[in-house]
Amino acid sequence: MTRYILKRLALMIPVLLVISFLAFVLVRLAPGGPFDQERLPAAPEIEAALKAKYHLDEPVWQQYVRYLGGLLHGDLGPSMKYRSHTVNDIIGQALPVTLMLGLLAFVFAMGVGIPVGFYTAVRRGRWGDWIVSFLALLAVCVPAFVVGPLLIMTLAIRWELFPAGLWESFRHAVLPMMALGLFFAGRIARLMREGMIGTLQSEFIITARAKGASETAILLRHAFRLAVLPVVSYSGPLLADLLTGSFVVETIFRIPGIGVFMVNSSLNRDYTMVVGLVLLYAVLLLALNLLVDVGYGWLDRRVRYD
Amino acid sequence: MTEAGAGEAAWAGALPESPLREAGRRFRRNGPALLSACYLAFLGVLLVVWPWVGGHDANAVSEAQFEPPTWTHPCGTDVHGRDVLTRMVLGGRISLLVGLAGAAVSLVIGVAWGGVAGYVGGRWDTFMMRIVDILYALPNIVFVIVLITTLEVFLRGFLERLTAMQADGGLPMATLSRLLFLFVGLGAVSWLNMARIVRGQVLSLRTRSFVDASRALGASHARILLRHILPNVSGVIIVYLTLTIPAIVLYESFLSYLGLGIQPPMASWGSLIAEGAEQLNSVRNYWWLLVCPAGMLVSTLLALNFVGDGLRDALDPRLGR
Repeated sequence: MTRYILKRLALMIPVLLVISFLAFVLVRLAPGGPFDQERLPAAPEIEAALKAKYHLDEPVWQQYVRYLGGLLHGDLGPSMKYRSHTVNDIIGQALPVTLMLGLLAFVFAMGVGIPVGFYTAVRRGRWGDWIVSFLALLAVCVPAFVVGPLLIMTLAIRWELFPAGLWESFRHAVLPMMALGLFFAGRIARLMREGMIGTLQSEFIITARAKGASETAILLRHAFRLAVLPVVSYSGPLLADLLTGSFVVETIFRIPGIGVFMVNSSLNRDYTMVVGLVLLYAVLLLALNLLVDVGYGWLDRRVRYD
Repeated sequence: MTEAGAGEAAWAGALPESPLREAGRRFRRNGPALLSACYLAFLGVLLVVWPWVGGHDANAVSEAQFEPPTWTHPCGTDVHGRDVLTRMVLGGRISLLVGLAGAAVSLVIGVAWGGVAGYVGGRWDTFMMRIVDILYALPNIVFVIVLITTLEVFLRGFLERLTAMQADGGLPMATLSRLLFLFVGLGAVSWLNMARIVRGQVLSLRTRSFVDASRALGASHARILLRHILPNVSGVIIVYLTLTIPAIVLYESFLSYLGLGIQPPMASWGSLIAEGAEQLNSVRNYWWLLVCPAGMLVSTLLALNFVGDGLRDALDPRLGR
């Protein structure tokens, strides 16, 4: 197991190198630079001085080597747009917000999706199943940028139950959490239903029934443990989608997370910021996927890692 | 139910129905899927014929700002006094066009990648699938955003030079290059599932005796893959294609919502919803700007999903549960 984890971690390094190089070169290939949208058209000397300060006058490979050198010390460089801040500063401030939002939405999606999927599978073919399954499918078809404004329109503006934006207390987090999590709650409910129905047809359930186990024990102890596996393996991509999905939700609810920076920095040609954020997303996703795979092996002992 | 029906046909000594006709019958018996297919067909016709029957110009600015829905404007008017329903139709054309073209791109890449990996097998298969695994774990939409904001300008310049030679206008170049970028970019991040599924199917088909037979007859690898194996996978491919379209429509509206997709005065469902969301305030309630395009997007996605699920159940009863 330890060897497996180490192997996966070792594999991450070349992947991250390739990603950082691609992002590094791509942003520099793009026309325009981080200093063209200044309020005053900068004099050529000033622009040259700025470029020299950020080493943009060097060949790209030299800049990349310099960047990697900084990366070894965990330094993502200075932001070229918010010049009094480093990329590390900005990520340090914005990442906890995005992670908190993602975590809340994850808990919401799991907390709603798993029971709903379980319920529809047990009531399969009855009215309850039809209605709730339809609602789950509907949730999958309503993206966050529809749910968010609708929630604001109804719960925040009309009935004034929750604040319409910003990030201050738990009450502020309720609407963004629902907007981000609802779509995934639907996906999880559908996965859970499929897994549960498949498991309930397998032979060990029939055996358990024949031996006279109670229905509750069959459902919860025998079937659930196996039926939840597709949900577990989905939770890796789910976390990834939650992170990227938060771009929109952060924009709608004016939440100061990293999603907003991701979109703005690539529009502003904030070179270091783009590369830093792309790398951050890649590291987060690779780590989360590793975590999910390890968790999967722990839940399903039939899976072996060599 | 269907197994019982097929059994009866066999007992009666009749020839078994062709798999395609049987699938068609199963699909027609699926109420929601059939209804959704009708809705999509209706929507498709509406999107095509609207300019001749709608009576409004999508970009015509008028004095009638923020008019609530009436008979002349069934979905009201927006900030520039434009008819929202007409703009929804215009946006629907773009959204569905991007969905179809993006799905086609993902089909080509996914089937080629998965087919080759499954057919060649061995080390190459492991290598190619490892690449898919790695790409699967990466923030693809982040790359699309970086690509759109960086490289799109080059494509636009190239297209402008190209059309300067041909000297004919039509769509503005900015729109065309953005559209092309959306097709390719969204297709290029959506082929991973397709590749995995095709690869799995090809892997099991290539050991079957009809493949050995055609190999013994001297068929080339390309011929075996294209003429013998892929037709057998077509059912699964069609199913995943229909499920890819709504996913890409969602991606496109996501980008348009962020202002990275279709640019004004063109519209897509995502950008219309964004315009509606901008007008949210506690003084005036312009709900139709948000609810109408959102309703159209959601109902279309719902119908596409129902059709996809219905096709899956009809074409491959083992897949659906």
